[in-house]
Formats: sequence, structure tokens, C-alpha cells
Amino acid sequence: MTSTRRSFLKIAASAGGGLVLGFNWFDAVAADTLQAGGGLPALVHSSKNAAAAASVEFNSFLSIAPDGLVTILSPNPEIGQGIKTAFPIVVAEELDVDWNRVNVVQSALDNKKFDRQLTGGSGAIKHSWTRLRKAGATARQLLMQAAAQRWSVPVTELTTDKGVVFHKASNRKLPYGELVADAAKLPVPADVPLKDPKSFKLIGGTIKNVDNKNILTGKPLFGIDFYREGMLTGMIQRPAFGYKLKSVDAKAAKAMPGIVDVVTFKNNVAVVGKSTWQVKKAREALKIEWEKDGSTESNADHDRLFTEMLNGGKATVQRKDGDVDAAFKSAAKVVKAEYQCPFLPHSPMEPMNFFAHVKFGPNGPESCELAGPTQTPDMARNETAKLLNIPADKITVELTRMGGGFGRRLKADYVVEAAELSSLVKAPVKLIWTREDDMTGGSYRPAVRYRFEAALDAQGNLIGYKLRGASINAGNSTRQDNFPSGAVPNLLIDSVDHKSPITTGAWRAPITNFLAFAEQSFIDEVATAAGKDPVQFRLDLLDKAKASPTGAIKYDIDRMIAVIKLAAEKAGWGQKKGADGKAVAQGFSVYFSHNSYVAQVGEVVMQKGKPVLQKIYAAADCGIIINQSGARQQVMGGIVDGIGHAMYGNMTFKDGVPQQANFNDYRLIRMNEVPAVEVHFVDNGIEPTGLGEPALPPTGAAVSNAYFKATGQRLRNQPFINQDGFKGVS
Amino acid sequence: MALYKLQINGKTVQTEADPDTPLLWVLRDNLGLVGTKYGCGIAMCGACTVHVNGEATRSCVLPVSSVSSAKITTIEGLSKNGDHPVQQAWDEVDVPQCGYCQAGQIMTAAALLKRNPKPSTEEIDATMSGNICRCGTYHRIREAVKVASAKTK
Repeated sequence: MTSTRRSFLKIAASAGGGLVLGFNWFDAVAADTLQAGGGLPALVHSSKNAAAAASVEFNSFLSIAPDGLVTILSPNPEIGQGIKTAFPIVVAEELDVDWNRVNVVQSALDNKKFDRQLTGGSGAIKHSWTRLRKAGATARQLLMQAAAQRWSVPVTELTTDKGVVFHKASNRKLPYGELVADAAKLPVPADVPLKDPKSFKLIGGTIKNVDNKNILTGKPLFGIDFYREGMLTGMIQRPAFGYKLKSVDAKAAKAMPGIVDVVTFKNNVAVVGKSTWQVKKAREALKIEWEKDGSTESNADHDRLFTEMLNGGKATVQRKDGDVDAAFKSAAKVVKAEYQCPFLPHSPMEPMNFFAHVKFGPNGPESCELAGPTQTPDMARNETAKLLNIPADKITVELTRMGGGFGRRLKADYVVEAAELSSLVKAPVKLIWTREDDMTGGSYRPAVRYRFEAALDAQGNLIGYKLRGASINAGNSTRQDNFPSGAVPNLLIDSVDHKSPITTGAWRAPITNFLAFAEQSFIDEVATAAGKDPVQFRLDLLDKAKASPTGAIKYDIDRMIAVIKLAAEKAGWGQKKGADGKAVAQGFSVYFSHNSYVAQVGEVVMQKGKPVLQKIYAAADCGIIINQSGARQQVMGGIVDGIGHAMYGNMTFKDGVPQQANFNDYRLIRMNEVPAVEVHFVDNGIEPTGLGEPALPPTGAAVSNAYFKATGQRLRNQPFINQDGFKGVS
Repeated sequence: MALYKLQINGKTVQTEADPDTPLLWVLRDNLGLVGTKYGCGIAMCGACTVHVNGEATRSCVLPVSSVSSAKITTIEGLSKNGDHPVQQAWDEVDVPQCGYCQAGQIMTAAALLKRNPKPSTEEIDATMSGNICRCGTYHRIREAVKVASAKTK
């Protein structure tokens, strides 16, 4: 079994919406795990490893087999955010089926069926919520109509539960599977009623990751697991930042066992061969000379640039309210602080990789097959089409499960590389980045330094606020309409950016992954200077924003207040005593990002004179929770990520060369370094928003503010472990 | 290239590889046992963990030439039906996010419980800290090891 394509058995499009097709789902979804010594495996896209014959497709998302097995297509790329479980839950809820009879299948890129097949910005749930509900509800309506016709009763007398239609008055029932053939012949209703959220059976429950069985038994799921008969493995040696390829001697490499070719393109030298290890060794045998192009930078350059940009750079005004200069002149007290963060690699556990097979006609490339881990399959296809100069519809993209993404796979550079390599060697190629390639290959979280200034009047009211963001390849490093904008009468937010050869990109919660830390740590400094409780200080600001708002406010004040109060209540803010009877040092932080709200309280206790981060409480508002298990872990994982990168993450450069290349010199958080985490959700019934990112931004400040409370020391630069005098927290 | 006879998941398999090829790549490239994952290639992350004679071992730095007489178990061979107590516990606790590191985590945990069926939290942390989970599922991994321990008689 090598094919994972759908084979269409029959097209039975109805005269009505043309939506109803009958076909056989993947003929290869039951691909078995390979036994040692056997053939090589095909990727598994299906959660149940089951093929449903002669299913009836009701719409883009779902089909039902006569035996009742429901297949739900999950269009969006899965990187660990749980979309492959959450989306089908929403469809299944409105369809009203037994979750145990649902088989979830990862869809390939299909612009005709789906829109926004992309994983980024924590936006999938918000975008698709209503579409998914309608997909399920429409099919349910058709099945009920089919039953109504068969029993000659009004459809309004029918109910459904777990994939069965009931007519209670006559004590009759029919499973969906027996109705699909009839339902397929009915015209698709334009508008269908959706469930009252109070009657949800699946949504809001605890449902396990649909791929658990496949993951826990080692099935081929990920891009790096992709195999195609006759494919070659490729690796690329890329230049450091600000370097050009001068010369390459590939003689020794080419002569090594298993090596098929060495090719050069765009300052890259690529080795292709029969196995990963052979290719890796041959790449090490390349003799490459690089030359500087005059733009190389080191960390010392960046430190100097930050200072220049903050003091004299031409800043772009992002937001201006009132008269900031007058406010600072009249201030009883001024607080000023700078915060800095380094570049960070994404470090997904599965390094970049992609399979590409460019097929040639007499006039050059004609079509291309792509398969692998990408958060933006559509962009990957378009960029590949541009490279090969062929129409995008000549390119297919098979989506694999991804070993993390964190924004790195929003770029298609490695997909285009794979396609270019395949076109150069005229063979199917799986391109693999080693960990070193992944860490030194760029697309980093941008490095930023912020300068905050606050003006307080004699009563400790915040009357003026200034923020300047100085960044390397970040564009606008501020989020000018976020809190505390709206709550301060006189405010100036501007930004300066330096263009660098060190490439940057979206990194989980772009900009806010560090801005939230800096801002929420600074607010704590201001509250302390004003002699006010940090939680009350924030609540007072929000009350003010509500009573007399200044300028545009893009966050919901009441929702922000609600998470602040919930986090404070659950953590016993200001009242908690440790076993020794002393107050526990708590730090507060709250942030709105990607349409969701998260407040956190960090707790640091002194143990043997050393500060220890013992717990983080989180209160999150992402509206309706689709899956308790997934949502809870998104928050916990976001917090672990937030702690880890604030504490340890550091990518440095010398003459354009990354100084860290693997997990021996770049530190990721490990199990013994995580504190307890307690997660609470606001239950407000509002339409759901995403959770892939929003829990991360507030974490750093919950830690730094608690650490300050315990030690009196402010943590303003990340990573914390490199800050002078840092005493540790684990 | 040399011919190797390997004992993998209870079967004897023959394969050709350069002697210095890490077991990881023999499993993945030659034998199609791709459940064992590449993460760092320098034994720092644990994604490639397999059992060699029952011991949790990093296959990414283990030359194939050194394991020809050893009994090797990969995630595919940990249990016949995916029902090893550790696999069951991982499902019950719903550990995986992306899932990429979990085969290595499971193999490390299974070896730990074989050696020490009732580990303390500190012992779990000390052992499992060799395996990185970039999604941050550490709390659930710790809980799942405890659940598996309770299942282990």
C-alpha cells in the first residue's frame, strides 16, 4: 500500500447543491505498521486506521458509511495544538454522533473544499467555529429528512442521539448508516438550526487526542517519516548570515558510498544520496569556502544598535494620545526601565524536512508532489509554483502531522528548497535539516529592547506612558492598542527597526512573547513605585479605561477584569502564607493576545536561601472550551514554554555565525525544572477563540514579578539565567 | 558497507549499513521502523530512545556495529497491541500534544519501571529529565508514569 489518494468510486452529485459525492475514502488508510525487514511504510493520516467503503460524503468535512462509521476530514495542519481533535468534535457535536464511531482523517491541501488551511495566529477555531457546526448540522438535517420521508412523519417530530434518528411517538429508530443513501439524494438545505450550547454533549467534555494510538505505537505520522520508493535523501549546507558561497570542492563527498550527486544553488551546497547517514557524512566531507558580503553582525553590534535606536533613532509613531511631554513635566514621580530579549530558534522536536517530487515534461517541470510538515500549505504551494514556473494547481500538498511548529513552519523556505533539489537532481527527494541546520538556519524570534517610561501624579495615578520598541527585523515591535492603551490619558508608543541579515520570523505569539513580559513586569514596577497593590493597580486602570477611555481600545475590558479576578481568587492573592507562616511571594501578570485573555500568578518561595518557583496559577478566557483535555494542556504547555524560554533561551552571533547549534549549548526546559501549574477557565459561553499562543505571553512576568517579591531584584533581560545576580528559581 | 544481523522486536533481521551508522538511521532508513525519532543526533533530547538489552539507550549515537548481538526493542515492539502499561497510561492521561518525542519518553519510562516499578516523584523527574518535550507535556508525562506504575504489579 503506497498510495494515500482518495479513489473516487462514483460521483453522485445531486441536482441540488452538487455537494453530495459518494466515494471511497483512502484506500490506504489501513497502512499497517511495518514489521522489521518488510516493505517501508506509508504515512498514516487516519485516526482509526480504518477504511470505510462506499461512504457518502455530505460536505467538505464529513462522510458516513452504511455501517455508521463517520469520517471527518480535518483540514488544518496539526502541530500539537490539537486541531485534529478539536475540529472534528465540533462537527460531530452538531451531527450528533457517537464519538467512538468517528474516524478523523487529515486532509491534503484542498482550496476547493476548505479555506484558511493554515495553522497560525491561534485563529483556526475562531475562523471555523460556525462553518464546522453548519457542516455537522446540515448532514444531520438531511438524515432526519430521509427518516421523515421513510416514516411519513414531520421532520420536527424527530430527534437524534449518537448517530441514530428517533421518532419517539411511534417508538421507531434508524441508525444514520441506513439513511445515508436516501439522505444523499435530498437537496442540501440552505440554512439549518444549530444546537443550543446548553445541549452540547461533546463540546466542553474531555476528549483524548485522536492520534494517541498511532503516536503511542510509533506509526509513521510525521513528515520525517515519509517514504516513497526510489526517493533520495538530501541535506543542504547553507551559509551563515552575511556570507556568500566562494568555492566548493565536492570531490571527496561525491566519491563516498551512497552519494548520488552534489549540487549548488543560491549559495547552498546540497548533497543527495541513498540514506540519511551517508548524506550527512558526505556533507561533512565537503570543502566549502565562504566569503563575507560585508553585512555580518555580532551581538555587540546589536547592543550598540539598540542604544542608538532608543536614544536617537527615527522612530515610527504607532499611537499618540494626549500630551505626553506635559504629563511627564507635571509628574510627581517618573519610572523608567529597559527590557531586552535575544533571538530564539523555534526548536520544534521534528526538524525541518519535506518531500518533493518534481515531474518533468519535454519543456521542463510540469507538476510537483509535495508532502511534509507545513503550517502554510497554500503558501508552500504558491512559492513552489513560482520557483518551478508552473501553475499552482499542478502541485499537490499532502499534510503530515508535525513534530511542533511554533511558527517556524509558517515559512516555506525548506519546502521550496526540497522542490528545487528535486528539480535539480530530477528525482524524488526528502530534504532533511539536521538539528544543527534547524538551529542555525534562521527565521528566529527577533531580538528586541524596549524602553518604558511612566509618569505618576502625587496620588500614584498613571498620567503618562511611553514605550519605544527597538528591534532587529521585527517591524513594529509594539502592540500599540493593547493594554494599558486606553487607560492612560497621555501616551506615546513608537518603534524603530534595524534590518539585519539574520533572518527572523513568527515565533509562537509573535512580538507579544516578549512584549507581554516586558510590559507586565514594568506595570509591576510602576505599581510598586505608586505604592499600590499590583492587581488593584491593574483593575483601577481598567476601571478608568471603562469610565473614561482614551482613544481606541481593542481588548474587552470586562473579559480582562474577569481573568484578573479569577486568577487572583484562585491563587489567594495577597493572603497566601507558606508552611513557615510567612507570606508567599506572588507575582501577577495578565495579557490579551490572539483574541483570548490569560492572567497568571507566579509563586516563589525561599528554600535554603534560594528562590524557587513553586507554582503558576492561570485563568484563561477563550470563550467556550471545545475540549477540556486539549485546552488545559495548551495552557500548561504554553506556560512551560514561557518559563523555559524566559529562563534559558539564548541565541547569540559572532560575525554572522550562530554560536549555538544543538541542545548541548542551547538549553530547553526539562521536567525537573517545571513548577506546578493550575489552570482555570472563565465559563462565559462566548464563541471560542484560540489557545495555541495566548497562555505563553503572560508567563515571564508572573515569574519575574514573583521573583522580585521574593528577592527584591528585578529581572529585565532574558534569558534570566544570564542576568547579573540571578539566584535561580528551580 | 557490511551486513548486520540484528535482533529487533523479537525478530532477526538482516541489513546492510556502514559500520558507524547509528542504530537510529538503520531503524528508520533501512527497516522502516520510524517510530524511533531523530531529534538532535547527540544524545541530548531522548527522542531516539530504544531498549538495548532492556536498558533505555540513545540510538542516535549507537553505531550499528556495536549492537549485533544485543536484543533491541523499539516503540513498535514494546507491546504487541499497543497495550503496554506505559502506553495505556499515556493514553489515559492524554499525554501527547504533537507526539513527536513521546516514543522516546515511553521507552525511557518503560525501562525505568522495569528497573524500579514504584519510583518516587524525584526518581521519575531524575530519569525523565533526559527527554525533552518541546510542547511542555511534562506534567502529564510525570502523571502517566505514576499511572503506569500503579498498573505495574
